Amino acid sequence: MGLPVLKGAAAGATVVTLPGKPSAVLPLPAGPAKSFAARLAPLAKGALANLLPPLITVALILLFWQLAASGPQSSLPTPSKIWEEAKDLIVEPFYWAGSQDIGLGWRILVSLQRVAIGFSLAAVVGVLLGALVGQSVWATRGLDPVFQVLRTVPPLAWLPLSLAAFRDSQPSAIFVIFITAIWPVIINTAVGIRNIPQDYRNVAQVLRLNQIEFFFKIMVPSAAPYIFTGLRIGVGLSWLAIVAAEMLTGGVGIGFFIWDAWNSSRLSDIIVALVYIGVVGFLLDRLVALVGHVVTRGTATN
Amino acid sequence: MSYLKIDHVDKRFQRGAASTEVLKDVSLVIDKGEFVSIIGHSGCGKSTLLNIVAGLTPATTGGILLEGKEVNAPGPDRAVVFQNHSLLPWLTVYDNVALAVNKVFGRTRSRAERHDWIMHNLDLVQMAHARDKRPGEISGGMKQRVGIARGLAMEPKILLLDEPFGALDALTRAHLQDSVMQIHAALGNTMIMITHDVDEAVLLSDRIVMMTNGPSARIGEVLDVHLTRPRQRLELVSDRTYIAAREAVLKFLYERHRFVEAA
Repeated sequence: MGLPVLKGAAAGATVVTLPGKPSAVLPLPAGPAKSFAARLAPLAKGALANLLPPLITVALILLFWQLAASGPQSSLPTPSKIWEEAKDLIVEPFYWAGSQDIGLGWRILVSLQRVAIGFSLAAVVGVLLGALVGQSVWATRGLDPVFQVLRTVPPLAWLPLSLAAFRDSQPSAIFVIFITAIWPVIINTAVGIRNIPQDYRNVAQVLRLNQIEFFFKIMVPSAAPYIFTGLRIGVGLSWLAIVAAEMLTGGVGIGFFIWDAWNSSRLSDIIVALVYIGVVGFLLDRLVALVGHVVTRGTATN
Repeated sequence: MSYLKIDHVDKRFQRGAASTEVLKDVSLVIDKGEFVSIIGHSGCGKSTLLNIVAGLTPATTGGILLEGKEVNAPGPDRAVVFQNHSLLPWLTVYDNVALAVNKVFGRTRSRAERHDWIMHNLDLVQMAHARDKRPGEISGGMKQRVGIARGLAMEPKILLLDEPFGALDALTRAHLQDSVMQIHAALGNTMIMITHDVDEAVLLSDRIVMMTNGPSARIGEVLDVHLTRPRQRLELVSDRTYIAAREAVLKFLYERHRFVEAA
């Protein structure tokens, strides 16, 4: 096999990776090019198999929506109307034209910042409290009933109380995030700590690890898979709560944007914002899952 | 003065009003450098006895004296090699040993010395090649080797092995027994091993402690194994002393103290 042939093969194969032309893989001419193309074909096929079904689903939903909402009596906008009315919001997430006229990207970032503060606090406090509850029988008996009752309180029910306590919307919203996200973190951490094998505790005892060493070297790594399950549920809940909290507290976040759009009857804007929220929530969940996957590498296997 | 003295140890487990006596009046003296096996049917409390020596379980009455001083809490002077290796799965082989070495020698040895010591112990069990692997990536026998390295690396006064090879296949077990014999010959550690494998006990031990069945298990008999070291597995198969020792243990276990529930 000569070099020019290989070059030709490579050149032929680069066509395959061009976006929008995945089907070019298949009709490639047979011969020397086949080996390279044959290697890429399964990859492209895999990508296609993963991407195509959701794309088709979304297209079908949009089509159905377009048909269903296009009647004269319809109270909701069609996708094409949304595109007309809210094109600037969709294509330009980060424009800035005055303090209240900013892109959805900025609003999302403001909400994310609140979530980041509230959720980080919840993660730290939750893991510590969870460790206490998981480690001590008496702490479990004393605190667990309280936690079980408090965790069923809906996030927004905390808002009036926190507004009264903090007298400001920003810390109140953060507190709502905190109190929403902390319960799954506490409960899952406690379960993780209770499930630390006695063997690891024996190792720690033989080595005479002190409480702090035990916490960082045995407890946290051993309970990490559970902790990250709690964190993942927690981040999802905080994203749910922030939108609701911002609707009531006002300010710049994505939740207030929706409320504001509703008050000025901009339904198209609301729908665009919903898609943003959904996508960001999905990314947040994936982010925590990814961090968990990296951090707990090796713990699942024994 | 005896090196390790198990002094009139009783152990009762209290569950509500019911109390079960697991060990009754167990006394044993072990010399420095001795290899002692404790053998008995399952449930006879031999693991409990080892845990009492390790300090992981408190004795109800009686106590443990190590070099004349009472020990009643766990510590690195009585390192344990656990039955299921108990390596921390999120740490590499190296880090598992390092955890012990850094804790025990963190103040007394420099970083470089500790590194050399970790590698030395991994070499000793022929596991230096897998230093960056995690426990999940190595075989059961290899895990147990690392467990032994971790125990040895603490420079314990006495190494406690709790059925260390119980979960391994016969070939791997033989390899590890040979390794333990070499280490014992080279370092002269004092070791106590729990086992229910008669051949293993005879092959490795200077003395075999045979326990009666529980509840209220006691030391039934102590057998001295007068076999010269180094011992060769194959030569021993037809050795008279070996066969006699083996027979003595088997008779104790299966004639005089048959495990009725196992039938």
